[in-house]
Amino acid sequence: MTAVLPSRPAERPTGGRLIDQFEYGLDAPICLTWELTYACNLACVHCLSSSGRRDPRELSTAEAEAVIDELQRMQVFYVNVGGGEPTVRPDFWHLLDYAIGHDVGVKFSTNGVKLDKARAAQLARTDYVDVQISLDGATAEVNDRVRGTGSFATATKALENLAEAGMKDFKVSVVVTRENAGQLDEFKALTDSYGAQLRITRLRPSGRGADVWEQLHPTMAQQKDLYSWLLANGDNVLTGDSFFHLSAFGEALPGLNLCGAGRVVCLIDPVGDVYACPFAIHENFLAGNVRSPGGFQQVWQNSELFADLRNPQTGGACTKCQHFDSCRGGCMAAKFFTGLPLDGPDPECVQGYGESALAARDTELVTPRSHLDHSHTGPVRGQPTLLGMPAIPPAKICDESPLAGLQLG
Amino acid sequence: MFDPELPWQRARSVALRPEPFGALVYHFGTRKLSFLKSKTLVRVVETLADHPTATAALLAFEVPEPQRASYVKALADLARSQMIERRSA
Repeated sequence: MTAVLPSRPAERPTGGRLIDQFEYGLDAPICLTWELTYACNLACVHCLSSSGRRDPRELSTAEAEAVIDELQRMQVFYVNVGGGEPTVRPDFWHLLDYAIGHDVGVKFSTNGVKLDKARAAQLARTDYVDVQISLDGATAEVNDRVRGTGSFATATKALENLAEAGMKDFKVSVVVTRENAGQLDEFKALTDSYGAQLRITRLRPSGRGADVWEQLHPTMAQQKDLYSWLLANGDNVLTGDSFFHLSAFGEALPGLNLCGAGRVVCLIDPVGDVYACPFAIHENFLAGNVRSPGGFQQVWQNSELFADLRNPQTGGACTKCQHFDSCRGGCMAAKFFTGLPLDGPDPECVQGYGESALAARDTELVTPRSHLDHSHTGPVRGQPTLLGMPAIPPAKICDESPLAGLQLG
Repeated sequence: MFDPELPWQRARSVALRPEPFGALVYHFGTRKLSFLKSKTLVRVVETLADHPTATAALLAFEVPEPQRASYVKALADLARSQMIERRSA
């Protein structure tokens, strides 16, 4: 299957709004996401990158340093580092220092597993680094169902360590789901109690997220509440500009109301593959690899895929909608992984066009899946219980009953 | 307050990255990002330090009178976000 990209004109205009300029792309990304490893101690049900096991082809320390050198030359002033769980890479702390020493600021996302008192103190002493602790419930009950038993305790311990070490401006990063959408005020209070800043982002049907999206994506009523909440609290809450589809409710939300994929952002994955955005790990959005001649710069500036993405959308159902200028058709990855056309409405279109588009899908339709899956294959300590599976399944049948499965007689 | 009749310069911890529409401005200290929406504005900011006043820099690039006010406003915004700073004459 190939992604049919919307038809687009080619010439960049002079002057005008910045957002219109961004649609034609930049010479280097504003910031990019770099997932350092697919290895992760957790097995969150909605993991965007289907992480779990380390990929043996992971970039080496030297290769990662070469990427940082290149980002410095291209004047990419900061990267969002994630995974997997980036801190489980043994050279993580070295790469962090290396990036900062080369004018590439780092904001990294972690579940907190390695942030003991000593690391928290080290981070507090380091300039130009930002930490985001992932938390998907304001209570252990809500969080652990999706992120796994004990993960709330790990995250809040890390928050405690950072606060105690005097770390400034660290973040609590929340993916808004149907189960935690009612906890926004609680998240804000929890975050404030550590002197941290709240960041909320959108649940995407990417990676393992595709398996739980139907069950976990916020309802229309929740989206409306979220929109009102963001209008009231948006100045003090970060969103990674990920809720721009909500702008079609009326007022534009603070930030960039635009799909930045391949235009102002992209993803470098642990093996050096460059995708249009962190939510689009799929062959159709793979632009190249940093290991090929010309490196990352060559991919960013000359890949055919990115050239295709760098034009404003002119065709398709959405361009005829009166709200198109506010939502710009929404999230490309959300459409793609729910099997919707890329020039049509976002599955969570707040005008309701997404719901009808989802209902009108061919019943035979098989939604696209990523070619990559690094999920743990065996049981994981504290496995999430959302899917109704036991926390740790028995390793062998006879762990349950010595006679189970045995054909007698 | 931004006074265009005083000497200014690009702040020392600020980098400009050229872009097709102008430039991206980054402050390493405040970690704030901003954009310059015209190439003339980029040249003005880059050469502020070579001119006795900000107005002189605008004149040097022949910014036409009707556009002068919007350039002064852009510079005032950059001063407020510490992207440009006063220099001792």
